[in-house]
Amino acid sequence: MVAVTGMGVVTSLGQGREDNWNALISGRSGIHPITRFPVDHLATTIAGTVDFLPASNRGASALTFELAHLAAAEAVGQSGFPDSDFAGPLFLAAPPVELDWHHRLSLYAGAQKHHGNKDLIEAARTAHALEFFEESQFATIADRLAETFGTRGLPITLSTACASGATAIQLGIEAIRRGECDRALAIGADGSATAEALIRFSLLSALTTQNEFPEKASRPFSKDRSGFVLAEGAGALVLESLESARARGAEILGIMRGCGEKADDFHRTRSKPDGSPAIGAVRAALSDAGMSEDEVEYVNAHGTSTPENDKMEHLSLSTVFGERIKNLPISSNKSMIGHTLSAAGAVEAVFSLMTMREGVIPPTINYDTPDPAIELDVVPNRKREAQVSTVLSNSFGFGGQNTCLVMAREPV
Amino acid sequence: MSPRDVVITGMGIVSSLGEGVDAHWKALTAAKPAPVVDPERFAPYTIHPLPEIDWSQQIPRRGDQRQMETWQRLGTYAAGLALDDAGLKDDEALCSSMDMVVAAGGGERDETVDEAILNASLSRNDHDVLLNEKLTTELRPTLFLAQLSNLLAGNISIVHKVTGSSRTFMGEEGAGVSAIETAAARIRSGQSSHLLVGAAFQTEHSDMLLAYELAGFLHRENWKPVWQREGAQGGGVITGSGAAFLVLESREHAERRGREAYAAIGPVVSRRSRRKAAPLAGDLSAMLEALSLPEGPLMSISGASGAHEATVAEAEAMAAKGNIVPRAFSSLTGHLKEAQFPFAVALAALAVHHGKAFPAFDPEKEAAFDGKPEAVLATAVGYHCFEGMGVVTRA
Repeated sequence: MVAVTGMGVVTSLGQGREDNWNALISGRSGIHPITRFPVDHLATTIAGTVDFLPASNRGASALTFELAHLAAAEAVGQSGFPDSDFAGPLFLAAPPVELDWHHRLSLYAGAQKHHGNKDLIEAARTAHALEFFEESQFATIADRLAETFGTRGLPITLSTACASGATAIQLGIEAIRRGECDRALAIGADGSATAEALIRFSLLSALTTQNEFPEKASRPFSKDRSGFVLAEGAGALVLESLESARARGAEILGIMRGCGEKADDFHRTRSKPDGSPAIGAVRAALSDAGMSEDEVEYVNAHGTSTPENDKMEHLSLSTVFGERIKNLPISSNKSMIGHTLSAAGAVEAVFSLMTMREGVIPPTINYDTPDPAIELDVVPNRKREAQVSTVLSNSFGFGGQNTCLVMAREPV
Repeated sequence: MSPRDVVITGMGIVSSLGEGVDAHWKALTAAKPAPVVDPERFAPYTIHPLPEIDWSQQIPRRGDQRQMETWQRLGTYAAGLALDDAGLKDDEALCSSMDMVVAAGGGERDETVDEAILNASLSRNDHDVLLNEKLTTELRPTLFLAQLSNLLAGNISIVHKVTGSSRTFMGEEGAGVSAIETAAARIRSGQSSHLLVGAAFQTEHSDMLLAYELAGFLHRENWKPVWQREGAQGGGVITGSGAAFLVLESREHAERRGREAYAAIGPVVSRRSRRKAAPLAGDLSAMLEALSLPEGPLMSISGASGAHEATVAEAEAMAAKGNIVPRAFSSLTGHLKEAQFPFAVALAALAVHHGKAFPAFDPEKEAAFDGKPEAVLATAVGYHCFEGMGVVTRA
């Protein structure tokens, strides 16, 4: 049995568990007009960027590191493990970051000749800009985190697109179950809301263009939902064998009962029309948790606010839960924080655990126009007090990624 | 022997030397194995280019081929070779329950668009607006998917129907090490019964060279074997395009379906050495000790990249051990980045399978190996960071 003994979170709503939780249960949105870069020519001009950190304007790699670092420091601090000698493995979900455009252009400006990419390479060689090199290496962020927190072994950086945060947790659970370690640090972090990232998602018609009222733009499960809102954030969890947590008298914040996944072979961005992979992932997680579907008391939805995701998520859940889905509370944190991409699964796992601990379900805000085709109890617009002892959290991503986590308040 | 031993039942490898295990065995056991190099296209950098590949052999639908750039095609192709080799290609039931771990970097950016932005930036100061202007109008929408790291695995799911689970690890050589290490640990613990693991690297793109050259890692003279690049101009790395995918199964699972294995994967160790704090050779020696290697001469399929510091340290650690006979394949294939460790394991498995050592890839620096290899070491010491080693034994 794997327990959670530390949690940390940063989103556009603020830094730390307390600020985030207070904002979430009061139904506050963190979505705002983009100020990080000019929005000329862009169809979408809003986002849930994290603008209040020193690295907020220093590029995707630096910000992703800072977000991960802050969330992990809060989680490790809460767990009571030494903050620079964690002594367990690190699993980091992070976006695939590239050399920042500003750095690319500054190198080129300093090139001897200007005939394109070959001269850029020559400029790179002679510039000795090691910080640019580090930015271009996928190992860098985890390497720095491993050094800072004193994690053990080769850190694993992973990407399963929008399911990455959940996959990081899953890898930690599996490592503990294999007996390789008694604790693991799982982090999902994403600070990659650059102009290019926004444009790429925009070109795939994935983003909403409801720019006029940013806080109203993310409206999961509503009839007038029109795409997701790009966002940033980080979530971190200290996972620990229940035995180890009990032995050292640590406070047990919740239990990771099970995880499951199923890849989709239908299309690069769309799900199989019958929803079978998502259904398979939910069932695999329940089976891994040793639970029947009747035992799930709340669903923390993937709920991106895209027409496609929310329809498919409803189809999958109604197949698994049958008629009961109409009365099973399900809410989407993304209505307030937007889609934190690689971080989402970890951020939402933290909020799922807090939901159980606090006895309050955060609402799905902006639910003004229900979609008659999606009959769900989305905990509309206002928080709800409820004793919740088990949660299913869904994460689905491009490339056919479907990962589900089942969490419980108490060990069985 | 245990029912949960990790055995290799299928391999798909591609490099400048050819495609498939037989072509590689032939090329690498030739009296004088010779590299295939292209010193012109990216001069002053030499690369080992891809061989000619008929993609439709493993990616039959043109539509699927069009959705990918070369990196994803290469990985999807090599994964198909491995599945074919394991006799799993059209086994829908086993593919749909097969787990997958892919080590990936990023895919290819649009070089034409990027160059247009670079050149336009010289005459304008409003760079952010320039980016918005060019990227919104000139990027192909689907190119994003061809660049996403996890979409190599996504394409393998679509083309080959491997859908049990799908994880993508990132982080240069270390990602390849973790992929193999995690895959093997999953099988040993019973978390997986059969699994596809591997990586691909496509070097024939300016960004792929740029990433190395930001820290001056590339060799800038004529081709030389990796052990002989110290003192030459540049950082010692010559890159190559290539891929390696392996089908791993528990012994029990392979036996049940009557498949003979190439070899078994024994212990795998990985490390995040603090190279600035202590000499790397010491860490590598500690890793060799942790593997409890057999006595007597031991062939090592070395993933040495040619990067000066890491390559010298690996040579030093192996020399100190005394009984290790290296075969650094990147002299002939170039550095395959994320695919480095999977490729090393594949070649080690081939030698174990044939019961025959590879001749020296660099006769000046690599000693002869006369015995029949019962166990072979595979290494990947990152050109910049992270280290991995494993032992491949007879199945």
